[in-house]
Amino acid sequence: MEALEKVRITVKVNGKIYTHDIDPRLLLVHYIRDYLGLTGTHVGCDTSNCGACTVILNGKAVKSCTLYAFMADGGEILTVEGLEKDGKLHPIQEAFWENHALQCGFCTPGMIMTLYDFLSRNPRPTEEEVRRAIEGNLCRCTGYQNIVKAALWAAERMRGGGGDE
Amino acid sequence: MYPPRFSLIVPSTLDEALEILSKYGENAKVLAGGHSLIPLMKLRLASPKYIVYIGKLQGLSYIREEAGRIHIGALTTHATIESSDLLAKRNPLLSETASRIGDLQVRNMGTIGGSLAHADPAADYPAAMMALNAEIVAKSIRGERVIKASDFFKGPFTTALRSDELLVEVRIPALNGFFGTAYEKLVFRAMDFAIVGVAAMLEIDKTGTIVKAGVGLTGVGSTAVRAKGVEEELIGKPASIDTIVKASARASENLNPPSDIRASSEYRRAMAVVMTRRALSRALEAAKARMKGQG
Amino acid sequence: MSFIHRAREARHIGKPVKRKEDPRLVTGRGLYVDDIKLPGMLYAAFVRSPYAHAKIKGIDVSKAQKIPGVVGVFTGNDLRGKIGPIPTGWMLTGADLKVPEWPAVAYDRVRFAGEIVAVVVAQDPYVARDAVDAVEVDYEPLPAVVRSEDAIKPGAPQLHEGVPNNVAFRWRLRGGDDFDEVARKAGRVIRQRMINQRLIPSAMEPRGAVAEYNRYTGELTMWITTQNPHVHRLFLSGILGIPENKIRVIAPDVGGGFGSKIPVYPLEAIVGRMAIELGRPVKYVETRRENFMGTIHGRDHVEDVEVAVDGEGNVHGIRVKTLANMGAYLSTAAPGVPTILFGTMLSGPYKIRSVDVDVIGVFTNTTPVDAYRGAGRPEATYILERVMDLVARELKLDPAEVRRRNMIPEAPYTAVTGLVYDSGKYLEVFERALKIADYEGWRRRQEEARKEGRLIGIGISSYIEMCGIAPSRIARATGFGMGLWESAIVRIHPSGKVTVFTGTSPHGQGEDIAFAQIVAEELGISPEDVEVVHGDTASVQFGLGTYGSRTTPVGGGAIALAARRVREKARKIAAALLEAREEDVMVEGSKFYVKGVPEKFVTLQQVALAAYTADKLPPGVEPGLEATVFYDPENFTFPYGTHIAVVEVDRETGAVKILRYVAVDDAGVIVNPMLAEGQVIGGALQGIAQALYEEAVYDASGNLLTAGFNDYLIPTAKEAPKIESYFYETPSPHNPLGVKGIGETSTIASTPAVVNAVLDALAHLDIRHIDMPLLPNKIYSALREKGVV
Ligand SMILES: Cc1cc2nc3c(=O)[nH]c(=O)nc-3n(C[C@H](O)[C@H](O)[C@H](O)COP(=O)(O)OP(=O)(O)OC[C@H]3O[C@@H](n4cnc5c(N)ncnc54)[C@H](O)[C@@H]3O)c2cc1C
Ligand code: FES
Ligand code: FES
Repeated sequence: MEALEKVRITVKVNGKIYTHDIDPRLLLVHYIRDYLGLTGTHVGCDTSNCGACTVILNGKAVKSCTLYAFMADGGEILTVEGLEKDGKLHPIQEAFWENHALQCGFCTPGMIMTLYDFLSRNPRPTEEEVRRAIEGNLCRCTGYQNIVKAALWAAERMRGGGGDE
Repeated sequence: MYPPRFSLIVPSTLDEALEILSKYGENAKVLAGGHSLIPLMKLRLASPKYIVYIGKLQGLSYIREEAGRIHIGALTTHATIESSDLLAKRNPLLSETASRIGDLQVRNMGTIGGSLAHADPAADYPAAMMALNAEIVAKSIRGERVIKASDFFKGPFTTALRSDELLVEVRIPALNGFFGTAYEKLVFRAMDFAIVGVAAMLEIDKTGTIVKAGVGLTGVGSTAVRAKGVEEELIGKPASIDTIVKASARASENLNPPSDIRASSEYRRAMAVVMTRRALSRALEAAKARMKGQG
Repeated sequence: MSFIHRAREARHIGKPVKRKEDPRLVTGRGLYVDDIKLPGMLYAAFVRSPYAHAKIKGIDVSKAQKIPGVVGVFTGNDLRGKIGPIPTGWMLTGADLKVPEWPAVAYDRVRFAGEIVAVVVAQDPYVARDAVDAVEVDYEPLPAVVRSEDAIKPGAPQLHEGVPNNVAFRWRLRGGDDFDEVARKAGRVIRQRMINQRLIPSAMEPRGAVAEYNRYTGELTMWITTQNPHVHRLFLSGILGIPENKIRVIAPDVGGGFGSKIPVYPLEAIVGRMAIELGRPVKYVETRRENFMGTIHGRDHVEDVEVAVDGEGNVHGIRVKTLANMGAYLSTAAPGVPTILFGTMLSGPYKIRSVDVDVIGVFTNTTPVDAYRGAGRPEATYILERVMDLVARELKLDPAEVRRRNMIPEAPYTAVTGLVYDSGKYLEVFERALKIADYEGWRRRQEEARKEGRLIGIGISSYIEMCGIAPSRIARATGFGMGLWESAIVRIHPSGKVTVFTGTSPHGQGEDIAFAQIVAEELGISPEDVEVVHGDTASVQFGLGTYGSRTTPVGGGAIALAARRVREKARKIAAALLEAREEDVMVEGSKFYVKGVPEKFVTLQQVALAAYTADKLPPGVEPGLEATVFYDPENFTFPYGTHIAVVEVDRETGAVKILRYVAVDDAGVIVNPMLAEGQVIGGALQGIAQALYEEAVYDASGNLLTAGFNDYLIPTAKEAPKIESYFYETPSPHNPLGVKGIGETSTIASTPAVVNAVLDALAHLDIRHIDMPLLPNKIYSALREKGVV
């Protein structure tokens, strides 16, 4: 068992496979942003509180600033850039646009990814449950009200309903 | 935001991991979910020379019942514990506690082993560990030992674990009879660590007498504590709100909580009583509901 | 979003049209400063002082320089001649203002924890951070002073040469009758000390900059997290000694500002200089901890308030003595915030005859304080709205009744502070708000709840805001370094499509669509055919930026005027095309026709093409179809309204829950109600956060104890209440669109609404005042003091 100064990792990100030799100390968020150029994943804090860096790792929302990139080795990652299908916005993305759930947009990718995880496990959430789900995602602009509205709207869309326009 | 350099070791078996720990000792730091260690490293408040990443070890993530106790693997995440059907039936105190940790993303990564080994004096699990009289299993190349929760937490961020030991399992009782549990966590803002957290477990018998009680407090001192006075006051008494109010008053006995920018020591002492009462009341209701359901 | 009164119906203005930037932002295709990566780019990191006050005795950079990947290490002395001091832009007049030197990089002394003492540049941000740790600074710690009250005491540590007693300025305003006289006549004076605590703006995107220098052209290009790129360019030109026209400043997507991205900081000057020195692009983005220590804070007032009131609850006069903590240096707009933007607002929407304000600006060993959302106006409103409740309490009147008795029924109105309120139905809006919130019903529910031992409280806040900042002659008279007009170019291309260039710099507010709606309305076209350009000094004429709720009233006003001017020119050209006299040409939508013959028309598109083919232009008409307008408003605009909060206090834990929150605002004509409502909701939560959660806390030696989101409690979705937003429109008579501005109203209104509600819940327990934030432990202490728990 030798101690490594560099590690080779292979990850699947938004459907594409990447292999890189990296420093063990490289944070996953920096790997995603700087090595893969996927800058939709943001950095908003240094205490793991803001959630702007949230991505889906192996099906679950995680704060990519609080993982070393090597921890994702062999895993599958979905970032906000990978949500569109056939040039169409994902229902959560559409919901954010439709319900004015973003202002500066800095928190938005993280919010969307957290909701992606949450809604996949809770297709019929209450407003209170949505608020709990995003408690690890800070937004300074919106007061959260329209984000919550968007989440409920998206949930309905994803269940096959029409959204409440 | 930029952690210091370290050398990485990724063992693929438990034995390998134990080998490494015995070799590197104090110089090596175990990394599990990373949700306590990495935040410290990002602020450069920790800079271990070697990191031993145990996240790839197989067979350390499980929740199963064995001989009246529930065994939980060290790498089991808070999210898994939160949503476990077995725990929902047999020990909902732990799943409720898990559900109150941090936020959704933190719960997806953080592990019970990491939380206990980190021993933050305001962490949530330790309250439940105390209330449940849990056992913590540590392994090293020298063998395995089972440590009682009450002997495990030694001080803020210090435990009975030795530097060559890995925490491998947590054992809690599979609850029986007319039991009820509740975890009450006081925070000023969601996702925060507890100002005060109280985990409570009660069991009542057919006559409506409290036959078992466990109460653990977190956030009120250098480690989580067991509220012995409260438990004493409960056992053998009628399962009533009066009993609970009286017993809860003893929750602040011998407490000397810290004062910090968030709350004064005095406030924490007072809240220990309030939260204990609320947790016990809810536990009692659950126990009574169970009795009704089964009786 | 609901309108309870509309000024008029229009085709595009007043419609909730979706934003243009969202598809980009929801797919992660935004471009924020940190997303910019240039070939050969280097990364800067700063060595920051851990001490709040210390002498720098020496700096040893040798170890840092040896780290592989480190390209350069610079100390304050290395950079002294190369980066000028950071100036202030508001030279407050008549206040004996002292502006001490603020070196971009400290060279002999540090005056707040987090001040930059050395700069490291490396090939990789991780290595840059390693090098920061390797720089050895020899400090001689000096005694520090943190609180404004302590800083002016004799014997306090002195921050700057030539600034005795740390007094930055003394500003006073006397409006109307003499206070003592008024007080004598009124018969009663109520006194209260109030703290308006220090806040941290906390835009989710920290600040940062990327610089690239072309040494052959001498051009410096900078991407900066800024709310005002032209102001940045102007300041940087002075600080770096580079001609203004050789600097290009770009504000790419900016992740919120709330005032914190107005000032020009050492950061951007250093990054610019590094790019020049090293001949390679350089990037620096703050970590959150650095943001909390190195980016401005807001508020931080200690107020001693006296109100003269008669037996009927009529407030005749107010006297306020304020200590305003300015931090260690004077940031860009800092001197004007606790003075002009504060003192002039101290009669609010009330018929107060005497306003008497003294403000002392004080230097302390803390992060500089500047404009944070609302800037001065929230502090004034907080005082007034607390006063109204204190008067009610003292005279045993209903707080609504006290406001009713004192409120100006409607505007125009000239306040004793000299401001001329433009328009508004103050009393009517107030009464409507009470109705919507079911004020009387809640009073009954409060009675019942009290009988059960529950603590319910109702809080009112009626505010008026001075915004649409600002008429240049007023801005200049107060010492502001620039006029405060705004510019716009409306350009119709040969195809008939339109581009608008605005000198404002929206960063989340979404005015791109609002501006498109304005142009669409004026030109009879679709908002989809209008592109809006902002935030780049290379493509946009000089402009003043986005702050002070000025973007729609002043920036939008400029755009409307430019569009009208273009339309006039188009009409001339249309007349030539239609072979008619200009005065006979009618405009409807995007069609021009001869009076009486609507079937004979030319479209704007045809006119546009003709403007560029230029062969059929009438005499004296130049080719092209565009107009440039620099619009200088003749007055401020004055949005106002009433917010009502209902809360319940947990009598055991002191926790506050907001049961209902109603906002009724008159911001004049609402261009896009979806955006306006977004401002109301988001702004309300920021104000509520001040009332209940946030405070920047320093220890006695000047360490910031709340240096991250773990300790500084910005609220999450769990704390956020549902905000019910209603609009009442009375157009501002002097604004080309009738708009007043909506960016700060809610932050101003919500803080006192919630504080009043909490204290109302505790009123019968003889608790008169608790300083913010009303965290559970503070409420608990108050309850305990009164023997309630
Ligand atoms: C934003 C945020 C909010 C949080 N809020 C809460 C909260 O409200 N309540 C709460 O209780 N916690 C909270 N946490 C902490 C969280 O629960 C952590 O996940 C947990 O404490 C550590 O688990 P981990 O697996 O991530 O451990 P790691 O960070 O990997 O390790 C933590 C420590 O334990 C050691 N260690 C880990 N596993 C073992 C093992 N098997 N044997 C021996 N040593 C080991 C490591 O060496 C390290 O010292 C929060 C964390 C974050 C980032
Ligand atoms: S950047 Fe990851 S939580 Fe803030
Ligand atoms: S939209 Fe700006 S932080 Fe959420």
